[in-house]
Amino acid sequence: MASTRFPYAPAPESRAVVTLRPSYGLFVNGEFVEPSDGAMFETVDPSSEEVLAEVASAGPVDVDRAVTAASRAQQEVWGPMPGKERAKYLYRIARLVQERSRELAVLESLDNGKPIRESRDVDVPLVAAHFFYYAGWADKLSYAGLGPAPRPLGVAGQIVPWNFPLLMAAWKLAPALATGNTCVLKPAETTPLSALLLAEILQQAELPPGVVNVVTGAGATGAALVEHPRVDKIAFTGSTEVGKAIQRRLAGTTRRLTLELGGKAANIVFEDAAISQAVEGIVNGIFFNQGHVCCAGSRLLVQESVADTVVDALKSRLETLRLGDPLDKNTDIGAINSSRQLDKIRELAGSGDAEGATRWSPECVLPDRGYWFPPTVFTDVAPAHRIAREEIFGPVLSVLTFRTPDEAVAKANNTTYGLSAGVWTEKGSRILWMAQHLRAGVVWANTFNRFDPTSPFGGYRESGFGREGGRHGLEAYLDA
Amino acid sequence: MPDAPATATEQAAGKPVPARHGTTTQHGTTTGPSPEPVRLAVRKTYKLYVAGAFPRSESGRSYAVVAPDGTHLANAALASRKDVRDAVAAARKAQDGWAAATAYNRGQVLYRIAEMLEDRREQFAGVVAASESRPHADAQAAVDASVDRWVWYAGWADKLAQIAGSSNPVAGPYFNFSLPEPTGVVGILAPAASSLLGLVSVLAPVLVTGNSAVVVASEERPLAAVTLAEVLATSDLPPGVANVLTGRTVELAPVLASHRDVDALALAGAPPGLEVDLEQAAAGNVKRVLRRDASLADWTEDPTPRRMLAFVETKTVWHPVGI
Repeated sequence: MASTRFPYAPAPESRAVVTLRPSYGLFVNGEFVEPSDGAMFETVDPSSEEVLAEVASAGPVDVDRAVTAASRAQQEVWGPMPGKERAKYLYRIARLVQERSRELAVLESLDNGKPIRESRDVDVPLVAAHFFYYAGWADKLSYAGLGPAPRPLGVAGQIVPWNFPLLMAAWKLAPALATGNTCVLKPAETTPLSALLLAEILQQAELPPGVVNVVTGAGATGAALVEHPRVDKIAFTGSTEVGKAIQRRLAGTTRRLTLELGGKAANIVFEDAAISQAVEGIVNGIFFNQGHVCCAGSRLLVQESVADTVVDALKSRLETLRLGDPLDKNTDIGAINSSRQLDKIRELAGSGDAEGATRWSPECVLPDRGYWFPPTVFTDVAPAHRIAREEIFGPVLSVLTFRTPDEAVAKANNTTYGLSAGVWTEKGSRILWMAQHLRAGVVWANTFNRFDPTSPFGGYRESGFGREGGRHGLEAYLDA
Repeated sequence: MPDAPATATEQAAGKPVPARHGTTTQHGTTTGPSPEPVRLAVRKTYKLYVAGAFPRSESGRSYAVVAPDGTHLANAALASRKDVRDAVAAARKAQDGWAAATAYNRGQVLYRIAEMLEDRREQFAGVVAASESRPHADAQAAVDASVDRWVWYAGWADKLAQIAGSSNPVAGPYFNFSLPEPTGVVGILAPAASSLLGLVSVLAPVLVTGNSAVVVASEERPLAAVTLAEVLATSDLPPGVANVLTGRTVELAPVLASHRDVDALALAGAPPGLEVDLEQAAAGNVKRVLRRDASLADWTEDPTPRRMLAFVETKTVWHPVGI
């Protein structure tokens, strides 16, 4: 097929809106502080490997200080505060996020590698929306259907991933704060900066000290948080492997847990689907955020009769995607977040080749520096292949086919995960039948990867338990 | 007549017969050349309840069930790990169909269980009184509360989605709704303290929400559970939706907790020393665990929707709105 790629002039978003500090401390009890042992680590721009800043690595002593501050703030300030006052703090935070949205978006793209179009149009607006939504719940909890006077749990330890660093922090902080809990947030090692900028915003909002604390660091920091006896609740978003380890660690305790883990979602296209819309949905499903999405539609299940048509249309659409500078407003595909993640994607894609699947990528020049992987489609995939079973967490789509709705359901559910699924068909009764039979916490019908603060999100089976978003999201932080 | 020895009437009503009453004699019939023949009571063999049938343990083992006062009550089947696996397979096979039944239908089946139990109140009062060495009136109250509990949960079948589901006003041209769905196969360790009411209190919320269950009955007091299985078997509950095992909790519970095809665990009857191990095993496939401390200390307290909500998943569906 002839290339239909149009030439685009660079349209870079200005970095000037962000003032990076050379070094960032921990945010404990309302102040930025040095780590007790002085340990620091570097965070890099994955699109250039440029070091952006050095960041404090919180050890057990720092985690203990943060938990102590959170515990005191919960008992003395935030817990006793009337809900309507907590609400106003959250509304303030939402407004400040809106005011500083461009700064947050640029910083997120710098540290994460995601296209500015996504951080600007998806991540940051949803962050503001989450705070705004849960703000309104703070003084209405007795109407949430969780009993007449549901109580906060206490201190919430919240561990968030690197794929949507600020958005996942908002998903965790907003409902926890609305319900009267205080928080110790542990951002991912490779993307700590936006949470630290959010901490500055919390200072601007004059949120009482200790209500939110941010402890940066790697897995050991998270483990120290999980093991801290005065943390009453752990909320974790990340890999299924780590989620299971946390669940084991909390066994036999009274500490509460919610887990939002991996996925291997099927995006199911029936022969009567609106093909061009479905192709957009497939692209959005797996190439949004470089496929670093736990609910990504990483398995395309296409009805046999239209398989060639759909795959051809998909390939020609992928030819038009632009990969490159995350800060360029025309960029569709940004950088892979880390060299470690890039290695994992390469290894799994390699297994696809080795196990007999057929690999295809559009013509795509990868930048010399940084971590990059081209959008990739595997056809001739069998359900037993690793690329059909394991979460790749990258821009890699595995295409399988089916003949009947029953077969589509069987193949879609043939996974240990159950986070999301997509269905494309013009037949309403079939949508509802499919939605009923798919074992997944979110079913997108004739759309994909939509998020909203009012909409509960979370998994079945090994994709975790508990919901974030909506009225359901309150349950994770209340003792009903 | 609380505390009175078992009478012929109670025995006729099906009260379990402790071994010392294994024969019935009639007073005043010992004179004359041809004494009236003594009728030997027909004792019940207490077996497992798996896939709608009442098999013995595949292991061929049994154990003595003894009342707190030392009376030998019966020999119950001593289930093996293989029995656990058979029960899980039966529960898995039955779960889809049960979940697909209409809520109205599930509600009627649970109500039918209440009807069957009501019909056998005297029998169950006897079982509970003997198993727990409790006064008859006390046991009777537990049976009545159990019947009422089935009725309470039966009514939830077609209402839970209305309080736990929602239509979500997303900021865009989409119709978005959330609804509760059954988690799947739930392993239940039934509480020991209340062998019937406690069991009903942990089983009913699992069943009404469309899950299937594998119950490990109280090790010391399994007779009410086995007898309840007879009620379940005659209440139009599809075979395999509820399965009841008797045996050693320390032997059976770890198998259930680590089983990959069990989706959730109710630890109401977990021995305290075993809880950590069971929860750790449960993490192997991210089981939902309702801890023992979440269980009511007093099973006579009015329940809340909590035990139902512990075994449902929230599914959210999006669809664009347009012309």
